[in-house]
Amino acid sequence: MIYRFMDGLGRYFLFLGEVFHKPEHWKEYSKSFFREIELLGLSSVALVSFISVFMGAVLTIQTAINLENPFLPDSYIAIAVREGIVLEFAPTIVSLILAGKVGSNIASTLGNMRVTEQMDALRVMGINPASYLVLPKLLACLLFNPILIIFSMALGLVGGYYAGDFLNLVNTEVFLSGYFMDFNPFYIVYSLTKTFVFAFIIATVSAFFGYNVEGGAVEVGKASTKSVVAMSFSIILFNYILTNLLLQ
Amino acid sequence: MIQVRGLEKSFGAQHVLRGIDVDFYVGQCNLIIGLSGSGKTVFLKSILGLHTLDEGHISFDGRILGDMGKKEIKALRQEMGMVFQGSALFNSLTIEENVRLPLDFFSDMTLEEKDQRVKFCLERVRIDPEAFQKTPAELSGGMQKRVAIARAIVLNPKYLFCDEPNSGLDPETAIVIDLLIHEITHEFGMTTVINTHDMNSVLEIGDHVILLEKGKKAWEGTMEEVLQSEDTAVVDYVFRSNLFKKVRAALHKA
Repeated sequence: MIYRFMDGLGRYFLFLGEVFHKPEHWKEYSKSFFREIELLGLSSVALVSFISVFMGAVLTIQTAINLENPFLPDSYIAIAVREGIVLEFAPTIVSLILAGKVGSNIASTLGNMRVTEQMDALRVMGINPASYLVLPKLLACLLFNPILIIFSMALGLVGGYYAGDFLNLVNTEVFLSGYFMDFNPFYIVYSLTKTFVFAFIIATVSAFFGYNVEGGAVEVGKASTKSVVAMSFSIILFNYILTNLLLQ
Repeated sequence: MIQVRGLEKSFGAQHVLRGIDVDFYVGQCNLIIGLSGSGKTVFLKSILGLHTLDEGHISFDGRILGDMGKKEIKALRQEMGMVFQGSALFNSLTIEENVRLPLDFFSDMTLEEKDQRVKFCLERVRIDPEAFQKTPAELSGGMQKRVAIARAIVLNPKYLFCDEPNSGLDPETAIVIDLLIHEITHEFGMTTVINTHDMNSVLEIGDHVILLEKGKKAWEGTMEEVLQSEDTAVVDYVFRSNLFKKVRAALHKA
């Protein structure tokens, strides 16, 4: 098992070497990049919005119920909700969801291209398929995921505020003031650093599994599932490593 | 002209190609025939450089593939066109964009010249202009094959490779595709190599026929020689069906 893991890791780094091979036709790559922004980024906005609003709402309800104490002002609930969303829920949970949506899309698209010989067609033309197909996806994820995460943070805070107001759990004025109390701007840097790393994992791990599919449609499905498992493991592991490195 | 000498290729313990020597001639449709598992596809992909060779060499008009640097291989690839078994068109691109892609990457043409070239190639393979903006999924199998041929010839290649170009097509469309490849080969003076199972193709366009058996060249000749051959490998492969047995008997009688 260790041998298989190390073999896979070695092949992953070789694959990255191919992906980062210098593109010779930036114009073609840029066309592809804008297609990927639409396909991988813009198409995820609705899902991220829905999840973020309800994530913020649930966080406010749970925190308000658990911190129900006359000596604790509602601003403390707001601080807990804010830190929860900014530090963990937006970057990590949304990235895990994007791993499922965007990652499986990348793995199945590339897997399908592999089994239908589209990658061989590119190679015969003299085009490096790893670079041409993966680099625009990677750049789209690196650029757009942070935007999605910032958007998710904002909507999570909005969802948290309205849930507290709608269910009459908090004094809204005090709660709102809590959102702006004692905020450490480094938390945004920490959160975006995690997002960058997770975006890199989502794009490259899923692409690696899709790119190396052998067989037919069944194997494409298996590769997509395997990629989601590998991405989830990697995101959780790097979440721990980055938190240790950046917050201690 | 493509020359293949002593080609050997194994995958692990499986010895797929066992020392193949063959020449593919300019302006001819060179057909590789053989049973499933005889090594046809591996042979074709080895010629294309998609598989590394264990032994032997392949030369393209005197240029040996194994001796070339990356730049030379890249230049050689622009002299090659390939029609894949499943067409291998890019689903996210329109028909026009599929054919234009090699031009966008490798030609210095102006936009207008590219438009003209794409239009010429698509019209040459008889694709209706109304279909230019469609995606591959919206076309029939036969039309997809024709688009794949247009994409393969758009850079005006010296070498055209086709892997079972008429598999999965009805007999009428299969003949149309065969004749189209034959016409294009003669019209543009290309060296065309075709993998096929289809005996109709052999008898229709087989200027030069090579029979592979268990990774070795078992026989080679022209389509006329196929019908008259007494070689057991050819007789066993070509005249296996009752129809072809009757054809052969009738020819002998005649």
